[in-house]
Amino acid sequence: MSAPITSDQPRSRRWLVALPLIGFIAIAGLLLLRLYGGDPSRIPSALIGRPAPQTTLPALDGLVHNGIPVPGLDPAVFKGKVSVVNVWASWCVPCHDEAPLLTALARDTRLQIIGINYKDSPDNARRFLGRYGNPFTVVGVDGNGRGSIEWGVYGVPETFVVGRDGTIRYKLVGPVTPANLDSVLKVEIEKALHGS
Amino acid sequence: MKKLFASLFIAAAVSAAPAAHAVQPDEIMVDPAKEARARDLSRELRCMVCQNQSIDDSDAPLARDLRLLVRERIASGDSDSQVIDFLVARYGEFVLLKPRFSPHTLLLWLLPPLALVGGGLALCFYSRRRSNTGNATDPSLLHLTEEEEAKLERLLAADAPDKKT
Repeated sequence: MSAPITSDQPRSRRWLVALPLIGFIAIAGLLLLRLYGGDPSRIPSALIGRPAPQTTLPALDGLVHNGIPVPGLDPAVFKGKVSVVNVWASWCVPCHDEAPLLTALARDTRLQIIGINYKDSPDNARRFLGRYGNPFTVVGVDGNGRGSIEWGVYGVPETFVVGRDGTIRYKLVGPVTPANLDSVLKVEIEKALHGS
Repeated sequence: MKKLFASLFIAAAVSAAPAAHAVQPDEIMVDPAKEARARDLSRELRCMVCQNQSIDDSDAPLARDLRLLVRERIASGDSDSQVIDFLVARYGEFVLLKPRFSPHTLLLWLLPPLALVGGGLALCFYSRRRSNTGNATDPSLLHLTEEEEAKLERLLAADAPDKKT
């Protein structure tokens, strides 16, 4: 008479009991992954694969290279040569760290390095280039930051790789470092050089 | 009485103080209607430097530049969506504090209502099944069998004389 009281629940649905646990583990795993998933302040550029902004920027007064004044930024300069566009300012501390690396990169004749001088005073900008050497064949002065907004810049330094066809291929937020120069930037430059 | 006045004064001062905003007097547009539009737009746009503040709240120089840009575009006759599109084209949809409702954000928008509806349905089914199983109990189990009745009688009978003594 002491028949055991059995659940009328079919055995096949027992696994549903574990569903909340499975859900929790999935969410916890996702959060853990994202916690170590890189710096969230580095936002991928919306301009990758798009043509470089058609923004003209004036030259830096008094800046000369081999006796010839260094020209300002004219978007036509991107056609035909792979470019590295560096947004910099003399007041930006990481820019001082990356300047010697850019100067070294400028020895590569397959590419041109273009500077956008962000909200800087001309005197300080010239002094900066005098101190570290001028890697730029073109320097556009962006006094009010409006030109940099066209480039989607939200903090200096930022470095772009622009292909021969004038489309933006890559954007590096933050300074060029010896580590990311070889592992990231040069790789992207090679890609742009070997691409169309 | 003095204390009451003091506390009333503090309460009034606190409630009357405007919410802290970063908008500087020199940025404000002459036309109040356009300024109101600019404020509404600025509240929807993320400051890319501080990221969890709108450009309306942020004191970052870039936020100020973007506030001025928004006002310039409004002054030049852009619609709200044109201003938004202009910034999205340069900074991506990350610049929007409220994501757009589009195919790639479907999951983002629909997950909370789906979870709510799904949870409600699950709860509904669970409670229905519980009440069903309650009704479906074999009525014969509610009554003792003859054998059990007899056993109970015997036990009660055995118990009764004990108490008397």
